[in-house]
Amino acid sequence: MFWKKTAAASTVAFASAVLPHVATAQEVTLDEKINQVVAPVSNVIAGFMFYSVPVAGTDFPLIVGWLVVAATIFTLYFGFVQFRKFSHAIALVKGDYSHPEDAGEVSHFQALATALSGTVGLGNIAGVAVAVSIGGPGATFWMILAGLLGMASKFTECTLGVKYRNEYADGRVSGGPMYYLSKGLAAKGKPGIGKVLAVVFSVCCIGGAVGGGNMFQSNQAFQQIVNVTGGPQSVLAGSGWLFGLVMAIIVGVVIIGGIKSIAKVTEKIVPLMAVIYVTAGMIIIISNITMVGDAFAQIFVGAFTGAGVAGGMIGALIQGFKRAAFSNEAGIGSAAIAHAAVRTKEPVTEGYVALLEPFIDTVVICTMTALVITISGELNSGLTGVELTSAAFASAFTWFPLVLALAVVLFAFSTMLSWSYYGLKAWTYLVGEGTGKEIVFKLFFCLCVILGASMNLGPVIDFSDSMIFAMAIPNIIGLYFLMPVVRAEISQYWDKIDRGEIRKVK
Amino acid sequence: MTEQPILVGYDGTDAAQRAAEFAGERAAAIGCAVHLVFVLEWSPYSFLSTKELEERHQRRTEELSRAEETLKPALEALAKLKVPVTSEVRYGHSGELICAIAKDKNASQIILGRKGGSALGARLLGSLPLTLVQASPVPVTVVP
Repeated sequence: MFWKKTAAASTVAFASAVLPHVATAQEVTLDEKINQVVAPVSNVIAGFMFYSVPVAGTDFPLIVGWLVVAATIFTLYFGFVQFRKFSHAIALVKGDYSHPEDAGEVSHFQALATALSGTVGLGNIAGVAVAVSIGGPGATFWMILAGLLGMASKFTECTLGVKYRNEYADGRVSGGPMYYLSKGLAAKGKPGIGKVLAVVFSVCCIGGAVGGGNMFQSNQAFQQIVNVTGGPQSVLAGSGWLFGLVMAIIVGVVIIGGIKSIAKVTEKIVPLMAVIYVTAGMIIIISNITMVGDAFAQIFVGAFTGAGVAGGMIGALIQGFKRAAFSNEAGIGSAAIAHAAVRTKEPVTEGYVALLEPFIDTVVICTMTALVITISGELNSGLTGVELTSAAFASAFTWFPLVLALAVVLFAFSTMLSWSYYGLKAWTYLVGEGTGKEIVFKLFFCLCVILGASMNLGPVIDFSDSMIFAMAIPNIIGLYFLMPVVRAEISQYWDKIDRGEIRKVK
Repeated sequence: MTEQPILVGYDGTDAAQRAAEFAGERAAAIGCAVHLVFVLEWSPYSFLSTKELEERHQRRTEELSRAEETLKPALEALAKLKVPVTSEVRYGHSGELICAIAKDKNASQIILGRKGGSALGARLLGSLPLTLVQASPVPVTVVP
């Protein structure tokens, strides 16, 4: 049924794309149809997830408070672990404590790099732009604060991810919140609650995988492609489904076809793109160094006054917190899946390494994006999302939108690959492993790539946000139960270091 | 019988086979042992996908047993020459590891084969013989 509709409507969409003068205002493109169908559903989910209470004259979504309160509690409970053990985390990543006999196994660096490639992406480019365009420069301050606090959440969940992971007889290693929720709470004598939380988490994780990990990515990648090919006049405008189809085929070739070469190429280019992005950002900041002071002033003043922002200070705070959580995923539980495969006898070591993730993602890269946008003066241009970031970088390097378009597509692609794995792990936790069952999920995942590229930004962002945040509810409840387990891990680890059982090998 | 073994870089190729035979003859003449080193190129800083992370331990086990299998014919050939022979399989950077093992084992020399790649290729991509000639703590013999 769906495909018949697609075929009929696609002819119309294609004609209107190729022959723009034929298209009339009354004509409903396929993109608009998809939007009409999906938007009401995503609106309901987003409305539920973002249930807000009025605070100081503006609506404060409870879920944002949920994440920040949790991050604050973990920060206090573990005695500001993110600051005290920062240098230890660096030493672990450098391999100072890695046993030479473990060469060939997953190193701390590799687990961190893979987890980062799942989170560094559009959140850092498009998400930040959304935050500052709605919340003003002041949103940056709250974003940084949320990033710093989030380091403690990440520490907690990734330690548990390793502690309760599964090591299969054939040598595979995998873990994540569904396992620490079920196994960890069972060990605490609460198998029932654990099982329920694990199932709820898995359902939300599948939603997050197709939402923020997929539809948001393909949507923003398409926006950027339209942007660099001529904006609203582009031949591609209005044919998001076509772009989505191409992306879906490439994603399908990798995750269903198992074609490793495409993934390999992406893996080589993505870090390069990240380096180009950060370098370009640094060049813009350094060449405008006189304006950096003013930008920080805008950020600080905006943070506490919320001047010119809907909702004032609370409005800026909400945007900053939301985007930080969406970008670094601390407390969401996704990273614990990637970190669980590391080779270590001490789960807490991976927790220390993981706390670097929100730091790199939010405190460094997001802040850089926000500074570039603020310095460029494009903030009042009425743009948002990736278009705003693109315009901000273009004010210094006119060719940059092309590079950014490539970066956005590649970041989107690598994030989709990571999330297809997270979603798949949640799916197999629910329905069991098996080639047929896995193919069903992968096909559904590819279909969502098309949906995401076809929809407007609003419904996509709402749906992505709501599903990703939904994962935090079961995850953080579980983390509260399991906090003492992490504390016990910390004390036995440092006892071993004090006794000299664990020492630097370099 | 000297305490200093001859170190052989071995990877199962024809070139490595020739190097092992050459080393076997020398060892028999000198009356020393041969130590075969099989290096699996590996960097702890390379990038792996989530799927590869999950399967890494499994793959490593497979790679190790495949390397042990590859070593077998050479070990047997050297044993026939009545040369005492040992071996090890290691993950890491081949140049750095072979130099480190040469020091550890107090080896008298290193023998390895060359695959006959072009000079340009060797310059661009680097080659193990060139690296060792530059960095080795002991004499290096390259068997054509």
